[in-house]
Amino acid sequence: MRMPNRAREIFVTGAAWAFGLLWALPLFYALWAAFHPSAYATHFELSAPLTLQNFIHAWHAAPFPRYFANTIMLVLGIMAAQFVVCTLAAFGLARWKFFGSDILFALILVQLMVTPDVLVLENYRSLQKLGLIDTLTGVGLPYVASAFGIFLLRQTFKSIPKELDDAARMEGASTLQTIWRVYLPLAKPIYVAYGLVSVSYHWNNFLWPLIVTNSVETRPLTVGLQVFASVDQGIDWSVICAAALMTSGPLMIAFLIFQRAFIQSFLRAGIR
Amino acid sequence: MQAKRTTKLNIHVQGWLLALPAVILLASFTHIPAVVTVIDSFYSTPRGRVPSVFIGLDQYQAMLADPIFWRAFNNNLLYAVVTVPVAIALALGMALWVNGRIKGRTALRLAFFTPTILPMVAAANIWLFFYTSDYGLLNQIIRAFGFANVNWLGDPATALWSLMAVTIWKEAGFFMIFFLAALQQVPPDLYEAARMENAGRFTVFRRITWPLVMPTTLFVAINALINAFRIVDQVIAMTGGGPNNASTLLLFYIYQVAFSFWDSAYAAALSTVLLLVLGSVALAQFYLLDRKIHYR
Repeated sequence: MRMPNRAREIFVTGAAWAFGLLWALPLFYALWAAFHPSAYATHFELSAPLTLQNFIHAWHAAPFPRYFANTIMLVLGIMAAQFVVCTLAAFGLARWKFFGSDILFALILVQLMVTPDVLVLENYRSLQKLGLIDTLTGVGLPYVASAFGIFLLRQTFKSIPKELDDAARMEGASTLQTIWRVYLPLAKPIYVAYGLVSVSYHWNNFLWPLIVTNSVETRPLTVGLQVFASVDQGIDWSVICAAALMTSGPLMIAFLIFQRAFIQSFLRAGIR
Repeated sequence: MQAKRTTKLNIHVQGWLLALPAVILLASFTHIPAVVTVIDSFYSTPRGRVPSVFIGLDQYQAMLADPIFWRAFNNNLLYAVVTVPVAIALALGMALWVNGRIKGRTALRLAFFTPTILPMVAAANIWLFFYTSDYGLLNQIIRAFGFANVNWLGDPATALWSLMAVTIWKEAGFFMIFFLAALQQVPPDLYEAARMENAGRFTVFRRITWPLVMPTTLFVAINALINAFRIVDQVIAMTGGGPNNASTLLLFYIYQVAFSFWDSAYAAALSTVLLLVLGSVALAQFYLLDRKIHYR
């Protein structure tokens, strides 16, 4: 027995929409609580007044401006350093078969699995020896040589015709000049993709910064939010929801504007 | 001849020079710590004036007798076994919906994908509110249907499952985009042919769609599996491993042993177990992905 096509279409659409609403429910709930006075946080009336008070309260109750600054410096710093370090390594591995390059590449890929936060204790000790505990450099440093970045850029560089490379060298360009003039411009979309993935990963990263930082001057947003929600704030859910939305705000807005670019990047990049 | 040899030598030197910054950083934050962790697990934890001494497998014996370790290990296995297939199934369903000619599919895609962009800590705090026992939305809904309140995160029977729901909510939308990309690669004439044959929806899915998205499924499954054993954010933000260790996971237990109990050698032994687990997933990936994906 088959349903007529029209009825089935309506049924499928209805099911998809119900599921979509269910999926968005926690977010809508948080938005409701954040934009209404606390008294309305848990009961729903269409006449409830809108307010920004919860955001203002959260902004002043904890050093969020400083947390924002820390996170922005952190994600941009990591991204810039990753671009440099990964480009150099990826170029060597893509273009030359030098002594031990295969083993080196295999060893690099280990980090896809064993990220720095899996080895928290040992890495914490290394930072202690370097005197980098409670610094932004310390939070970022273990992530600079990213296996994922090297892998991604190596694949990209391999697809660039070697003739372009040779042409640049005939004109007397050095290796670094060749990378700068030939490879970087051609790999631009991949850098955009990798940059977006890197920024959103480190904007959201939590365990490692939680361990390494212990002062307002270095704490990124995620750790700041956790400290705020667990210590300062009893149970005013409206303010906590406002703070949670605020910390993800810039990333969310960027995502809404550049939706297509974001999704493309995650696809290109494959793994975070 | 002479010139040629210099360029060749040059390539070896230049290659290593280019890779050098990455090599130093990777060695100091991945490879050396991994080896040191394994070695440390055979020593005792230095305490005060008592230096650490070689104790062989004692840490591992203690581990086998440690009920919290088994709790964390089994919880983590259950976590992986439940969240990975459920998230993948939902992701595939979402992708099929969004890929079709459904009304408002842009809004749907947005609803599915948005949780992925949220930081886990922010999502965890939102869900904490959602789960609150007397006035959280979930209990309000349950009460409306005439059921009793559930203390989602405070009850050992539901705490772990409540965390799993958050993980699935965050991950399914991310996996969806991979399936979406895979679905768009399926040649349309296959579906055309199926329509000519008057094949039912389920047959089309089973005979065409499912085999063609199989490589994507494997790829996503392996990555989800790796993630499942590195989960820690929501445990810290939502339950702290409680109540009574009911929701503790491997990496969370390592974090606790290392930074709350300061038992560094035991933490090293636990980390070694985690490394072994991740290593076996890596081997599985090597055999499954490399052998089965090439018909793409």
